[in-house]
Amino acid sequence: MAEFSLPKNSKITKGKYVKAEGATNVRKLKVYRWNPDTGENPRTDTYEIDMDSCGPMVLDALNKVKNEIDTTLTYRRSCREGICGSCAMNIDGTNTLACTKSMKDCNDTVAIYPLPHMDVIKDLVPDLTHFYAQYASVQPWMQTDSVPLPDAERLQSIEDREKLDGLYECILCACCQTSCPSYWWNGDRYLGPAVLLQSYRFLADSRDEYTGERLEDLEDPFKVFRCHTIMNCTNTCPKGLNPGKAIAEIKKLIAERHAL
Amino acid sequence: MQYRTETKRVKGLGTAKHGFSHWWMQRLSAVLMIPLGIWFVVSLMTMESLSPDALMQWLHNPIPALLMALWTITVVYHASLGLQVIIEDYVYGKAMALTLLTLIKFAMFAMVVATFFSLFKLVS
Repeated sequence: MAEFSLPKNSKITKGKYVKAEGATNVRKLKVYRWNPDTGENPRTDTYEIDMDSCGPMVLDALNKVKNEIDTTLTYRRSCREGICGSCAMNIDGTNTLACTKSMKDCNDTVAIYPLPHMDVIKDLVPDLTHFYAQYASVQPWMQTDSVPLPDAERLQSIEDREKLDGLYECILCACCQTSCPSYWWNGDRYLGPAVLLQSYRFLADSRDEYTGERLEDLEDPFKVFRCHTIMNCTNTCPKGLNPGKAIAEIKKLIAERHAL
Repeated sequence: MQYRTETKRVKGLGTAKHGFSHWWMQRLSAVLMIPLGIWFVVSLMTMESLSPDALMQWLHNPIPALLMALWTITVVYHASLGLQVIIEDYVYGKAMALTLLTLIKFAMFAMVVATFFSLFKLVS
């Protein structure tokens, strides 16, 4: 059966509490911590943050913890402007990017966990290798049989280019992927919202000539049809995209293939 | 440690190249259940009496009998498709999943046969 409770060695214990001495404008971060080298259960450490000397975003607060309070805190981050997708994590119960989530929009004590239902490498760093292999499996690049003219680009009308709006912006942060209960229970076979949105990005591209092959490969009770339109993906996407609609469009194309 | 790449895991046994018809039939049966369900509830509400005799007399008419057969079969079919999804979603043991999926199909056939047999007994 699907596991609905955490295994014994994953049960979360209460960790340390670090006070911010002399601070008047204080917010708290409750952060999931797990170190594979100690053999201990995961815990949640709570850090008081002096907001008078901290940037406005959740990532700024995490950086403050790492720089000034506890250098062992581990998380991914890079661009700090919502385009690289590295700092995807679960903040106050919703998957989002720490760099674009304002502390003002969070609970008084901000609860920070890694992306749900992924193997944890350390602290807030999830193992995304399976997700990346799934992404590669849909062959996310343009495929053609026709040979392009040597001195010209493959042309696309403005209307056809507009069909890629809402798809090309996906940064593969895996917020939607790991918010999907279907992906939690059957992530080994279900491709998940992010990968399916990326797949649809090439199905919707007027220049791609492998639509049929792509659809043939997608039609499977698990690859696509595990989507039960729960719509957590669309709710959580930090870029405001709609993976749920992209999956519905794939289902429509498959229906069309069956002469409907 | 099994020494297998993630790509090997993801590609698995390959695509089944079906799955659409299950999804489509689940939707079609759901749509069919809307008018049939309304008919069923309205019929029961507008009947003068709900005694066994009155119900038997009602089902003696061909149209209620046919619609009743259609309604029952649609419900059983839709339920079997839905239960199949629940098993596929949540039951991981192969033997257990196969047993439950088989039982669901058998139960569906048994209920369809029981429906026809009961209605036939009533009408004849």
